Amino acid sequence: MQKKVACSFPDEVLEHVFSFIQSDKDRNAVSMVCKSWYEIERWCRRKIFIGNCYAVSPRMVIRRFPKVRSIELKGKPHFADFNLVPDGWGGYVLPWIAEMAGAYPWLEEIRLKRMVVTDECLELIAKSFKNFKVLVLFSCEGFSTDGLAAIAASCMNLRELDLRDSDVDDLGGHWLSHFPETYTSLVSLNSSCLGSDEVSLSALERLVGRCTNLRTLRLNRAVPLDKIANILGRAPQLVDFGTGTYGADLQSDVFSSLAGAFSSCKELRSLSGFWDVVPAYLPAIYPVCSRLTSLNLSYVTIQSPDLVKLLRHCPSLQRLLVLDYIEDSGLEALSSSCKELQELRVFPSDPFGEEPNVSLTEQGLVSVCLACPKLQSVLYFCRRMSNVALVTIAQNCPNLTRFRLCIIEPRTADFLTLEPLDVGFGAIVEHCKDLRRLSLSGLLTDRVFEYIGRYAKKLEMLSVAFAGESDLGLHHVLSGCESLRKLEIRDCPFGDKALLANAAKLETMRSLWMSSCAVSFGACKLLGQKMPRLNVEVIDESGPPDSRPDSCPVDKLYIYRSVAGPRFDMPPFVWTMEEDSALQLNTIGNPIGSEWEHNMKGIQGLRAQMPFVLYLAELSNTSQW
Amino acid sequence: MEGSVAYDNDLNLKATELRLGLPGTHEEQQAVSSSTVRNNKRPNGESDARNETAPPPKAQIVGWPPIRSYRKNNSQPKKTESEGVGIYIKVSMDGAPYLRKIDLKVYSGYPELLQAVENMFKFTIGEYSEREGYKGSDYAPTYEDKDGDWMLVGDVPWEMFITSCKRLRIMKGSEARGLGCGV
Repeated sequence: MQKKVACSFPDEVLEHVFSFIQSDKDRNAVSMVCKSWYEIERWCRRKIFIGNCYAVSPRMVIRRFPKVRSIELKGKPHFADFNLVPDGWGGYVLPWIAEMAGAYPWLEEIRLKRMVVTDECLELIAKSFKNFKVLVLFSCEGFSTDGLAAIAASCMNLRELDLRDSDVDDLGGHWLSHFPETYTSLVSLNSSCLGSDEVSLSALERLVGRCTNLRTLRLNRAVPLDKIANILGRAPQLVDFGTGTYGADLQSDVFSSLAGAFSSCKELRSLSGFWDVVPAYLPAIYPVCSRLTSLNLSYVTIQSPDLVKLLRHCPSLQRLLVLDYIEDSGLEALSSSCKELQELRVFPSDPFGEEPNVSLTEQGLVSVCLACPKLQSVLYFCRRMSNVALVTIAQNCPNLTRFRLCIIEPRTADFLTLEPLDVGFGAIVEHCKDLRRLSLSGLLTDRVFEYIGRYAKKLEMLSVAFAGESDLGLHHVLSGCESLRKLEIRDCPFGDKALLANAAKLETMRSLWMSSCAVSFGACKLLGQKMPRLNVEVIDESGPPDSRPDSCPVDKLYIYRSVAGPRFDMPPFVWTMEEDSALQLNTIGNPIGSEWEHNMKGIQGLRAQMPFVLYLAELSNTSQW
Repeated sequence: MEGSVAYDNDLNLKATELRLGLPGTHEEQQAVSSSTVRNNKRPNGESDARNETAPPPKAQIVGWPPIRSYRKNNSQPKKTESEGVGIYIKVSMDGAPYLRKIDLKVYSGYPELLQAVENMFKFTIGEYSEREGYKGSDYAPTYEDKDGDWMLVGDVPWEMFITSCKRLRIMKGSEARGLGCGV
């Protein structure tokens, strides 16, 4: 009886019900209930997230979801942030924009991360989407302020323009004047990454003045300190403000108008920017400090006492980014002032110096972990660590969801015992049951990976460098971490065995990056041949890998699952291991009867016995990728 | 699912000559990673010491530490005696009734600095040579460095000088001549 009623709901009713379901995971689940729900759901899905732009093609997305209004795409692997991915690798958004221009005329939102965006793309966006509202370019590159001018000139309904951390060719500030005088919809502008000394201050001031809904404004370094008061005066409703340069010769009238401007911003909750800080000007922000929840001082090169003086005014702080000038003493003070702290990031002021230039050790992090009960997210650069400190952190912060520790010198042992840091990181994964992201450093053996495989059941992203001793380490992670989506590894002695034995696991993950490891070219070919749903890409700038014996290790390897097959936009230094390339074990150059050859043949036989991973129709889990 | 693979802990990679670098390539990473291929025994302090006796001038490892490029330029904070953007130091001249203060940041190198000091105290310093110090006058510009030692101005690179100079003293007379004759 109940069953009949459920099946006879008209489509419109179901569609209305589905409109309350926003999360991608839930939407995917809904689409798998039955064919009719699949159909209804796909016509009303408005928002799509694609974690790897090469996992699926634009055509496939458009074919399944014809009415998308908001798209988020990610391109290059995370290690591209650290120059490990050569220029020209890929991640071009143009094919997507070109297809969507025709298929989604009502597209409103485009969010991109680590993608190559050209001025042509931006012009196409400006021309094609009449109701365009949100453009977020996170760590993107390839475009200039001319492209931004096109967006400014055409997108009358633009709400958000966020260029965070992108590498933009800044040709000067005139792009801002391309916003027409009639344009007033801006809610969020983040141009902090623009590097030119020129900025059109009058255009900026006028824009800010007429956009009364402006909530977020992050200026670039070119905007001088003495202009802040004027800008803030026109936007006292700001919630999130990023200054430009925050230094100048101290003048009392500039100071008092600055302080006055800040105090009239009653909604201000987040501050950033602060390039070239002159400490004497910091007290101007004191009026807003008590309400601040987020503070980015990562460009502030002032000493610990001045930092502490400021932080004592910020009891509501939830998020702090700061340089290691804060030192252990400053972090101790932070831990007593800022009990609401949820996220802490401490960056190195002198990352390439061989000697410590500041007194920042593991103690600073420990004192924060001991005293800030809400701490969930840590990014910490330091020069020494101990197992006992890590165990203390683990026991006192069981709610950590992100823990990224970078001990600057690779393979640094526990400074107290000279042992590896296996036990310390083991405690982290054991106690922090909700840990989703972990970055390791220091001296680590295979044991740490055993702990990770055993305990880190919610871990989604793992970054490993200069760690481990054998394939067993990699095997522990691949076989144990059930929630693993992204694994990135550099300079570790992991080779073919673990990779090939866990090949099926790779189809459950978004991607695997391995560079300067010990994976042979032959294993890459085998993997590519046996796993059609994986794109196995070998990156090697020194020449074609098949000019060397198959046993030679590859320089860089990027493996990701895809329903789109191999991509076609690869540069000359990237090779895809294709499934139909005849796999011949190239034994020329390999010692006859070598262990490698033996391993390869054994693993080929083993592959035939591996379980086959079932897929539903293409894209059934796109959004989780 | 993956349990069917038996593992022998001894990789014995030497037999298959697996290396972390490609043949014929010379990469910094080789120097760093040359000892990561090892047997399964737990490393002890000794093997760490072996790592640390790598060539003294450490090659910078690509992409390490993992910091975005726009964060790499967070230079030392300006160590100032007073608040403000300059590096103000006292300048004394033997025989002068009072000291002066100058802002080292204003100058881009030694010639400008010495010119300014000459103008300030109305004297000439003479020509600097590495071998003989300042020739041609009774004066020699000296500075007190972080360790408290009195050094001759001009020996070290400018950037190093402005971060280590605590005060300036123009020495005169016999003391100066001693300095000028190649210490």
